[in-house]
Amino acid sequence: MKEYNINHLRELEAESIFVIREVAAQFENPVMLFSGGKDSIVMFHLARKAFAPAKVPFALMHIDTGHNFPETIQFRDELMEETGTRLIVRYVQDSIDQGKVVEETGFDASRNKLQTVTLLDGIEDLQVDCAMGGGRRDEEKARAKERFFSHRDEFGQWDPKNQRPELWNLFNGKKHMGEHFRVFPISNWTEMDVWQYIYLENIKIPNIYFSHEREVFVRNGNLLSVSDFIPMRDTETVEKRIVRFRTIGDATCTGAVESEANSLEDIIEEVAASRTTERGTRHDDKRSEAAMEDRKKEGYF
Amino acid sequence: MSDKTSGYLDMELLRFTTAGSVDDGKSTLIGRLLYDSKAIFEDQMEAIEISSQKRGDEEVDLALLTDGLRAEREQGITIDVAYRYFATPKRKFIIADTPGHIQYTRNMVTGASTANAALILVDSRNGVIEQTLRHSYIANLLQIPHIIVCINKMDLVGYSEETYNKIKEDYKKVAEKLNIKDVRFIPISAKFGDNVVDASENMDWYQGATLLNLLETIEIVDDRNHEDARFPVQYVIRPQSDEYHDYRGYAGRVASGIFRPGDKVKVLPSGLESTVKSIDTFDGEIEMAFPPQSVTLNLTDDVDISRGDMIVAADNAPKAEQEIEAMICWMNERAMMPRGKYTIKHTSNEARCMVRDVKFKVNVNTLEEVTDDKQVGLNDIACIKFKSAKPLFVDSYKQNRITGSFIMIDEGTNETVAAGMIL
Repeated sequence: MKEYNINHLRELEAESIFVIREVAAQFENPVMLFSGGKDSIVMFHLARKAFAPAKVPFALMHIDTGHNFPETIQFRDELMEETGTRLIVRYVQDSIDQGKVVEETGFDASRNKLQTVTLLDGIEDLQVDCAMGGGRRDEEKARAKERFFSHRDEFGQWDPKNQRPELWNLFNGKKHMGEHFRVFPISNWTEMDVWQYIYLENIKIPNIYFSHEREVFVRNGNLLSVSDFIPMRDTETVEKRIVRFRTIGDATCTGAVESEANSLEDIIEEVAASRTTERGTRHDDKRSEAAMEDRKKEGYF
Repeated sequence: MSDKTSGYLDMELLRFTTAGSVDDGKSTLIGRLLYDSKAIFEDQMEAIEISSQKRGDEEVDLALLTDGLRAEREQGITIDVAYRYFATPKRKFIIADTPGHIQYTRNMVTGASTANAALILVDSRNGVIEQTLRHSYIANLLQIPHIIVCINKMDLVGYSEETYNKIKEDYKKVAEKLNIKDVRFIPISAKFGDNVVDASENMDWYQGATLLNLLETIEIVDDRNHEDARFPVQYVIRPQSDEYHDYRGYAGRVASGIFRPGDKVKVLPSGLESTVKSIDTFDGEIEMAFPPQSVTLNLTDDVDISRGDMIVAADNAPKAEQEIEAMICWMNERAMMPRGKYTIKHTSNEARCMVRDVKFKVNVNTLEEVTDDKQVGLNDIACIKFKSAKPLFVDSYKQNRITGSFIMIDEGTNETVAAGMIL
């Protein structure tokens, strides 16, 4: 019956809203991780839909590496203001100052891995029992094995070989004291779905996703943005190019792509024609074949 | 909006499962679907080419695309369910790729639980074998509405129509025995792409659809139950604001049936009756809600409703039962304890239960019912009777995949130990 038909975006939306409501119902002190990137923006939008007309019944949490694109932070603060949402920010710099982590050195130094310690400390200090993240299974091969409700032991670790089976829409969030869950409401979305949904719902996103002129330099085939956080080698030269970002993460490991796309329609067509994955611009995944799995086991997003 | 953009907004979602082993050509088939639909990207291809070279493989091993965990890559096996995504202009697909060996029955069950369709691979040289029977049994136990039998490696039997027909006839007997309703057959060669995405030039005797074509066009909307209105309450929305001072909305996902404003409903377990006042969403009120939509129901009366309750049609309620008979698949290394106590999770409801009896186990290779061995261990499928501490509002799984399913949780370890389908 055609009248009971919904399109794939509405079905994904319904699934994600269901998962977010399960989190609110099953946990006492959940948070939603928010980076200011498109996936977390979509996830937050879905959370607003899940509880309307009430406000989202949990806080957002941003693990701030300090290596941000200023546009993202501004966007984040405006969105929180506009929606009246509580934001918790935990700084990687604090973990460094407290001597809990040692900053990497060298040209390819990144705070990406250090975030895990800051995140786990935040979860412990604030007694968070569930942290929702915007991870998607299509992003990376280790994430393809991830559950919606993913159990973490008291050390915050993921045990990929011993995961709970997940059937139908019955999610088991039971745990012992000190353990927590990571929940991924948009597990089944692809990059394309996210962009289509942003378009369909007319969701605001930071302007650096659209084409703009930027000072960049080339490293390992990636276009990195010139900034105070990334030391450049003598052989690397600054050039101005017309670029946009396909993903937004830590500025030290997120590459730009050359693009003229300055509307959502353009971006959707560009994604459709693309022959590389979006994480292809992410330096952090290229450290080894199982880089993501290793980081996730330690407690990464 | 360009045509291209608007087209993307008009796609349906189809979830399918594939059970089988590398020997059946399953990885090759999935690889081909992904590759031909451009869902494999250059950097992914490059990464698996490098991995294959490192391992000394002669050809690129497409299984590396799905075998994401280090242990899987090292051992060259699929351990877990992997989810893969691809899309054509007509549909978006989610593949639950599950290992096919008997020791992975639980993974197959997991992948099957949300599937609209199942691909069952048959090696045309071997025909219908024990494994085919097992995969079909599980697909049917989980009530996957559509079964597509891919008779693969046709290139190795000279693209013989006779071989294809023989396997088809053999399988029809299986389907009849299992009472499978919708089964379709396609002769393919995953390796050479015959009838996968493009019609085969080698089998002009086959006039049917290609696999991708079939996946794009199978009707799935009517597989959902639009008859029995069931709405498990997930969460109660009470805004703490002046504007919505008296607002009380019941959030949930429609399990089955249709809800419209003005419908007479009954709330379980209280049995109190009321009327749907409105169906609310973030974007405003809507005129009807149907599965699988997530909405918020507003009732005309101020009745006490909380998570775990169910709002149903006033004249069509599920059974309230404490003594329940069900088929289960055991998923944990620790065997089921005779008369053991477990927590049952059924819709948004939870209850303690005690296993009363194991009626029989199923030998999934022969489909025989075994009654002289009542030990239910990992990967076993059994028919059990249990008693729950409070009534559960259930339909049979055959009638309703949502109100007819449950999981069992070990109260000590908190692990999900079994999946259940109510008889």
